Amino acid sequence: MLSFTLGRLVSLCLSLVVASLVIFLVIEVIPGDPAAYMLGINAQPDTVLALKAELGLDKPMSVRYITWVTGMMQGDFGQSYTYRAPVTQMVEDRILVSVPLAVYALFLSIIIAFPAGIYAASRLGRAGDITVIGATQLGVAVPNFWFAMILVLIFAIKLRWFSAGGFPGWDKGFWLSIKSLSLPAVALALPQAAILARVMRSSLLDILGEDFIRTARAKGLNRRQVLWGHALRNASIPVLTIIGLQFSFLLAGGIIIEQVFFLPGLGRLIFQAISARDLVVVESVVMLLVFLVIIVNFAVDIAYVLVDPRLRKK
Amino acid sequence: MKINSSLIVGLGLSLFFLSAAILSFLWTPYDIEVLDIPEKLRSPNLLHLLGTDHLGRDILSMILMGARTSIAVAMLAVGIGMGLGVPLGLWAAAQRGTWLDELIIRGNDIIFAFPSLIIAILITAVFGSSAVNAILAIGIFNVPVFARLTRGAALSIWNRDFILAARVSGKSSLLISAEHILPNIMNLMIVQGTIQFSLGILAEAALSYIGLGAQPPTASWGRMLADAQTLVSIAPHVAIAPGMAIILFVLGLNLMGDGLRDFLDPRIRVDRA
Repeated sequence: MLSFTLGRLVSLCLSLVVASLVIFLVIEVIPGDPAAYMLGINAQPDTVLALKAELGLDKPMSVRYITWVTGMMQGDFGQSYTYRAPVTQMVEDRILVSVPLAVYALFLSIIIAFPAGIYAASRLGRAGDITVIGATQLGVAVPNFWFAMILVLIFAIKLRWFSAGGFPGWDKGFWLSIKSLSLPAVALALPQAAILARVMRSSLLDILGEDFIRTARAKGLNRRQVLWGHALRNASIPVLTIIGLQFSFLLAGGIIIEQVFFLPGLGRLIFQAISARDLVVVESVVMLLVFLVIIVNFAVDIAYVLVDPRLRKK
Repeated sequence: MKINSSLIVGLGLSLFFLSAAILSFLWTPYDIEVLDIPEKLRSPNLLHLLGTDHLGRDILSMILMGARTSIAVAMLAVGIGMGLGVPLGLWAAAQRGTWLDELIIRGNDIIFAFPSLIIAILITAVFGSSAVNAILAIGIFNVPVFARLTRGAALSIWNRDFILAARVSGKSSLLISAEHILPNIMNLMIVQGTIQFSLGILAEAALSYIGLGAQPPTASWGRMLADAQTLVSIAPHVAIAPGMAIILFVLGLNLMGDGLRDFLDPRIRVDRA
């Protein structure tokens, strides 16, 4: 277990290093001088130079990279060019919208997909199964931002049950905030739930065909006992992989859904920063998102081993 | 043989949108670059079968033109993925167990771990919003998908007797990969290609929706939805039509992929709903 964890830890660090290098280099080749851009067309050359020095843009690339990475490790994400404020401070509030939204959507995805997948597997080839399969086919084909617009049309504009967008802030009440995240979370969760239900179903079907299931049935357990006692735990491994992957889809997908619902999350921050060419913000927020995703994947890898001791030998 | 209904329905839907794209080169009901403001936001009627948008443009014509953009972007993105991923996968399988194989696997894993949409946004944001950059951004993430699949499938074929026979007859691993391995994994690639194509359609729509894909005057379903967002309460039809186009096309491609998998591989032609 220890060597396994250490091995995963090494590849986690490697991924983070490569990720930070890629993001840094992509940002480096951006056309246009950020200092000149920020000061406008009429800026004097020496003012631009002074600002470059202030932002550290005159230093060599390698020095800037090291400064950026070591800064982030200490929780310092740099200074925003345009807002003239620390990025860490700008990120703090927004991450409390983006991450809860992804978690909420993942939760919805799981509570929809598990029963649907289990039900379909237990009704293999019958009407119930075919209905679930059909629904999942449709679910993966729907773009979540379109679904979000339709949800707004029905539940916010026609029925007026929810607001069409915006976020009150957690200090205005927990349930109020949850309510304003509900439509976005449903929109995000639907396509993911469809994928998860299919994986649950096929994984369960694979396991139900195994010899040990027949043995369990032969020793007199009924279908329900076999399903809950033997099949589900074994079927959960591929499902865990998908749940891990889904978290990254949900975080990334959240960026778009935030646009639909005008939620003040990381996605909106990235778009504002992109249009303002605020490179420090873009770079740090993208890195933060990638970091979250890689950490979740790491946690999933560790979770496998806890679920399935057979994997420890590898 | 049991009639493969998902293949037929999927093929039908996919061909329908493909013909729509081809038709747009020859004819559209209206010119989408001509604005007709007095006719704006008309509901579907006999003159405009799907209605008009906020600038009075005919939505059916825009859907036809948008099909062209969607197909071009998705097809080129799959082309990039296959063009780079398949040779990489074949190469890794031919050099199995060496540092090169390891390097290719690790490289793929790292790209795979990235949230693709975030990086696509980064790429299009840095290099500018255009259909070409959208293609590149989507295409890059298709590479590991194909490389992984190719390597896995190729590895199992490398163990077969007829490959041993080819090696004994003195063929190089390059020649074996091209002549014997590739034809044997082609079915798998076609199925995966269909799936990646449908994901490409969705990705293009998403990028265009947030303004990072094809730029006006190029028509794109994602852009149409972006324009529709503020109008959905007064004229729902502007959002319904492009949305349905995306859903039906993606649904068709996915059904076609499932159907092709069953059709091309008779061994798994059992109880698939």
